[in-house]
Amino acid sequence: MYRVKVYVTYKESILDPQGEAVKTALHRLDYQTVEKVTVGKYFELNIADRGQNIDEEVDQMCDQLLANVNMESYRYEIESTTTEG
Amino acid sequence: MKYAIIRFPGSNCDWDLFYVLRDVMAVTPEFVDYRETTLPDETAAVLVPGGFSYGDYLRSGAIARFSPIMAAVKAFADAGHPVIGICNGFQILTEAGLLPGALRKNSSLDFICKPQPLTVTNATTLFTHEFDAGETVMFPIAHGEGNYYCDDATLAQLKQNHQIAFTYQNNPNGSTADIAGVTNERGNVLGMMPHPERASEAILGGDDGQRLFASLIASVTAAAQ
Repeated sequence: MYRVKVYVTYKESILDPQGEAVKTALHRLDYQTVEKVTVGKYFELNIADRGQNIDEEVDQMCDQLLANVNMESYRYEIESTTTEG
Repeated sequence: MKYAIIRFPGSNCDWDLFYVLRDVMAVTPEFVDYRETTLPDETAAVLVPGGFSYGDYLRSGAIARFSPIMAAVKAFADAGHPVIGICNGFQILTEAGLLPGALRKNSSLDFICKPQPLTVTNATTLFTHEFDAGETVMFPIAHGEGNYYCDDATLAQLKQNHQIAFTYQNNPNGSTADIAGVTNERGNVLGMMPHPERASEAILGGDDGQRLFASLIASVTAAAQ
């Protein structure tokens, strides 16, 4: 079994209006040290280990569905949770 | 000839389109369920209505793209037949790769529902030839995610190929280059955030939208002869 964490955010070049709104709100709470906020999406996937190329498989999932690569970028972490027995 | 209106779970402008086509434009619309895998015989055009398909889960339009009917819609578009997506329909067509770019949250983060003056940027498309180039028309918008985005290279292509059909005069949502509606390169697929079907009778505040449907109907009628 693999446990996969996927993070999707707007590309660096694209203004993130939600992030800007959250940053403004944090400033109103007087956290003036906050310079940038990025709001994105987080996914956790449990994926069966069938001997597949897990990295390629997850990359395709992100590319085809979890992110819209026209405007979003993604990164992921894959953790193998294979149990004994 | 039939005008196929695709209904997804969460579509909510399907009846508006049906009503305008049947009662105002006097043509034959037909609802097509998203679980179908084929379009009706004699389908002359496909219309993808506004709404909140699949609750806008993940991203607006992202899940509808995988509905069984979408393979038939894509094949129909690839064959050069006219397809129009309005509001959520536009979002679905971009997610499906039938149109360039993507729709982001409005820059204000507000859902905006109000009439917008638009410029008809290209009055030679299948969908706009009944308008005059540069004409101002008034269509309402009603969306939270209508902020059109494409990268600079795509924008240059859109301009070069005259794919920008409508632009906002008072950009309400932050759209790149004020874009309100675009076509594909071939010109047979149009997506737009404003709602022509909500502006097709004077009693509803304006009838500029009628000429979009009249353009489409004239185009498919001419193609059939």
